[in-house]
Amino acid sequence: MTKMIATRDAYGEALIEIGKDNENVVVLDADLSKSTKTHGFGQEFPNRFINVGIAEQNLIGTAAGLAAAGKIPFASTFAMFATGRAFEVIRNSVGYPKLNVKICATHSGITVGEDGASHQALEDISCMRTIPNMTVIVPADGVETKAAIHAISKMEGPVYVRLGRLAVPTINDEASYEFKIGKGVTLKEGTDVTIIATGLMVSEALEAAKELETKGINARVINIHTIKPLDNEIVIKAAKETGAIVTAEEHNIIGGLGSAVAEVISESYPVLLKRVGTKDTFGESGKPADLMKKYELTKDNIIDAVVDVVKKKQ
Amino acid sequence: MGKSIQELKQIANDIRKDIIEMLAESGSGHPGGSLSATDILTVLYFNEMNVDPNNSKWEDRDRFVLSKGHAAPVLYATLAKKGFFPKEELMKLRKIDAMLQGHPDMKGTPGVDMSTGSLGQGFSASCGMAMAAKIDKKDYRVYTLLGDGELQEGLVWEAAMLAAHYKLDNLTAIIDYNGLQIDGKTDEVLSVNPVTDKFKAFGWNVMEMDGHSIEEIIESIAKAKEIKDAPTVIVAKTIKGKGVSFMEDKAEWHGNAPKEDQKVQALKELGGEI
Repeated sequence: MTKMIATRDAYGEALIEIGKDNENVVVLDADLSKSTKTHGFGQEFPNRFINVGIAEQNLIGTAAGLAAAGKIPFASTFAMFATGRAFEVIRNSVGYPKLNVKICATHSGITVGEDGASHQALEDISCMRTIPNMTVIVPADGVETKAAIHAISKMEGPVYVRLGRLAVPTINDEASYEFKIGKGVTLKEGTDVTIIATGLMVSEALEAAKELETKGINARVINIHTIKPLDNEIVIKAAKETGAIVTAEEHNIIGGLGSAVAEVISESYPVLLKRVGTKDTFGESGKPADLMKKYELTKDNIIDAVVDVVKKKQ
Repeated sequence: MGKSIQELKQIANDIRKDIIEMLAESGSGHPGGSLSATDILTVLYFNEMNVDPNNSKWEDRDRFVLSKGHAAPVLYATLAKKGFFPKEELMKLRKIDAMLQGHPDMKGTPGVDMSTGSLGQGFSASCGMAMAAKIDKKDYRVYTLLGDGELQEGLVWEAAMLAAHYKLDNLTAIIDYNGLQIDGKTDEVLSVNPVTDKFKAFGWNVMEMDGHSIEEIIESIAKAKEIKDAPTVIVAKTIKGKGVSFMEDKAEWHGNAPKEDQKVQALKELGGEI
């Protein structure tokens, strides 16, 4: 059976690992440390853990000051408040001076569930990728999360990491998985169409591809964990070799992965594209699985989109 | 270090002249709040702070964050005078391809410790720097200058809570209290008073000084260093546009550059060569 783990849990574990490796790592949280899983780091390294209280602007501003003084701050809260409430602080105090701040936000997307629309960040990828100097990473599972956190701790510059609340299937093998910032991963070869997915939609994409085989459609599956800088090469190659693309993300179809892919292919090699994601709408309260279905974020929605573009391609 | 009061006064006057000249040359920028903060920056850079103009990123240096980033001209003129970069740069302020941006850019300008311009954010960053010194057990100090109008930003109070909670006694904030903001008198736009009581209630050590008395500035900053377990805020009573009669205490000189005849008049008052 597939192991289920939330990316936020993997984040919490990774923080302790990098905290042991590098004493410059400092973790900040805004009163959500038990939910974002930074709590463990706080217990392990109390003198390198700063709870700023319910004050997200100051969370980022303080992190910027720590980075300016040579520390490697990891700042965490929910994605909504990190990228929404503190947007302009991120832009002016982190992005503009290119400071080494790692914003690792949890509870992104509609799978926040019962807390409802006010807490479901569906525009955070869009907000973060529009800031110059910002790297944007959306891990698909726990293994990728850990690898990403280790990688960004060694890289100089601002990063946004989008993490989730919900336990998701582990699709990568911890022993063999290699993570490279900015490099997409081909999880399954295919010739008829390419599904480009990110975050928890990667496992949905794999399921969809499996089912599509039974319908006679041979779909390639690419995991784009780094939305910015985007792996243009892998996207253009997919456009050329398969002639149609479906993107899948737990995010508004405006401004996220779908938009990023559209930008690249429309300038380099236009092919048919269909975007699976939320359709410029707010979410609502409910169980994550029910919300995924209602807001058309399941493998079935990917399948429908694939069937549609493949038909149009012919 | 080791400069006489008279020498410091002379330096402040020279900086004021540079501010007028660079703003007249650029045709835009903020003279009012630059001139009100000139004596404070003079004391910080020429009497107090441990910095090395030849090694601007020296990790044990004292830090200064101009949270009221629009007063960039006074910071630039002070840094140039201190030797962080050639004075010629001042005359390129706000021009395309120039090093000196409209608001401070730490990546482009030697001696600028934090990029600022959006109010409240510099104060927040200065707390982060002071926390870093605590974590690293280093004894450098962090200074930050805020405007009184800036206190209307919510982020200022988030940061104020943090600094007191974490007992950042290595942080000294100075409020350039000139009583004016773009739209008029601070008291009329949105009163920030009582400022001293507010900071006291937030757990800060609070002091007041005449922000144009070199002696008082020296003394207050020295006293702040003696305080343990609490950050210090010094409310500096200042006059916007200080030193240039027609600019003094006038909100309209917040963000207007002097024209040629006004420059000549201002330099004359400051004893500049014409």
